[in-house]
Amino acid sequence: MADAIARRSYGKLVAFLAASTRDVAAAEDALADAFAAALAEWPGSGCPVSPEAWLVTVARRKIIDEIRRRRTREVAADQLLLIADGLESAAASGEIPDRRLALLFATAHPAVDPGISAPLMLQSVLGFDARMIASAFLSSPEAMAKRLVRAKNKIKQAGIPFSVPNRDELPGRLDAVLSAIYAVFAEGWADPAGIDVARRNFTEEALFLARLVVELMPGEPEALGLVALMLHAEARRPARRNAAGEFVPLSQQDTKLWSVEMINEAERLLHHASTAGAFGRYQLEAALQSAHVHRCRTGEDNWDHVVNLYDALLQVSGSPVVRLNRALAVVETQGMHAALAEIEALSIDPRMAEYQPYWAARAELLGKIGAYREAWQCYDVGIGLERDGAVRRFLQRRQSALPH
Amino acid sequence: MQYLLMIYSKEGAWEKLSVAEQQQGLAAYNAFTEALKKSGALVGSNRLRPASTATTVRIANGKSQVLDGPYADTKEQLGGYFLIDVADLDAALAWASRCPGASHGIVEVRPVWSMAA
Repeated sequence: MADAIARRSYGKLVAFLAASTRDVAAAEDALADAFAAALAEWPGSGCPVSPEAWLVTVARRKIIDEIRRRRTREVAADQLLLIADGLESAAASGEIPDRRLALLFATAHPAVDPGISAPLMLQSVLGFDARMIASAFLSSPEAMAKRLVRAKNKIKQAGIPFSVPNRDELPGRLDAVLSAIYAVFAEGWADPAGIDVARRNFTEEALFLARLVVELMPGEPEALGLVALMLHAEARRPARRNAAGEFVPLSQQDTKLWSVEMINEAERLLHHASTAGAFGRYQLEAALQSAHVHRCRTGEDNWDHVVNLYDALLQVSGSPVVRLNRALAVVETQGMHAALAEIEALSIDPRMAEYQPYWAARAELLGKIGAYREAWQCYDVGIGLERDGAVRRFLQRRQSALPH
Repeated sequence: MQYLLMIYSKEGAWEKLSVAEQQQGLAAYNAFTEALKKSGALVGSNRLRPASTATTVRIANGKSQVLDGPYADTKEQLGGYFLIDVADLDAALAWASRCPGASHGIVEVRPVWSMAA
């Protein structure tokens, strides 16, 4: 019971507690204590009528105790007793249709380093742990934890209000919100069978939140692009594993298993987005998905188009992941050696060292040009980095298929 | 909370303005100061003489070392400040954006480290 509330309401409770003190870290600590108390007490005494209120009461008491203990300003403790006003009323007023979405926009305050806004949302509103956040943003957990602490300190010390922004402030905060939503989706996508309890609802939740953003800001092409991108990916879920639960690469998927309904909706949204004439990261990624789907369904070679889309995407994101995927498309247009050269050029990027797809791609290409020993070693690294058993077994099969 | 609004601007730009422009500039600062006073947010404010009048002091090897010039030799220099007392950073940022200094330079907003404990 407490676990379910932790998943569903974590962000709301943290925000509620932090709204009066502006101390997100203290709110999280107090909430963790309150959950621990719930786990200890509820099985014996039964679940309270309003579990969330129970948790808030216990957590708030912990915060006040902590402040008294630290002997900071006397008045601070009194301030804490005031119920959070701005945030709760604004979140409930209906301007933003979902409380979590309101909190996401609240977290994207322009005085917070934009690079840390999305991770901060994942941690404070959506309840991700530091490891998940670090892997979503290709960072080490230690570095990510440090940046999160720094951001929370700034929120507290600079007095950044945790309040829901006005409508005219939303566009400036949209990027960070979309980025957090996409990270939620990607984390759920990493669990294709939907068996990991902690990640089971992530793709649905991300789609739900992104659709709300579209409702809230109907003219935003990038929000439409993100929904289209996620629908395209989600449409292929049933085909990503075979009956035995083994990984099936895109080129070998049974296209009949793809959801026609989702693909059609994605295409419609993407077309609608393109009429705005402002192309960004998500529309380009959705267009790539669309191109892959078209090729797999019709057998038409569209790799030149795919490489062009990756080029455009590189211009807006410059991400090493895009560079890697582009190199795999280059295999089809310019051949193995050109692609391999691009992948080798990525080796200087420290973010690739622990990125499984980089090692798998490198191994695959090395194997195809006959560099079996090096390919074998790269497979080893890739296999060692993968946490999904099905993908791990797929890579092991590829590795053992190398001629000895 | 108290915030210090520090106005950084290009030195020498003021002298290049016409008399009418200087009067307009002063009037804008006066109006801003009045608005801060009316709202009860103003704690203190001052304009500073140019960085050419600055002197830095530091103790090196137990001896005080006095040097002519500002601490940082940048194009924009601290030209004045407003110390205000408002609810939160958003309120401070709203005042900063109204400050004439945000139009002819940059306003850095810093929370004051409260020593009340």
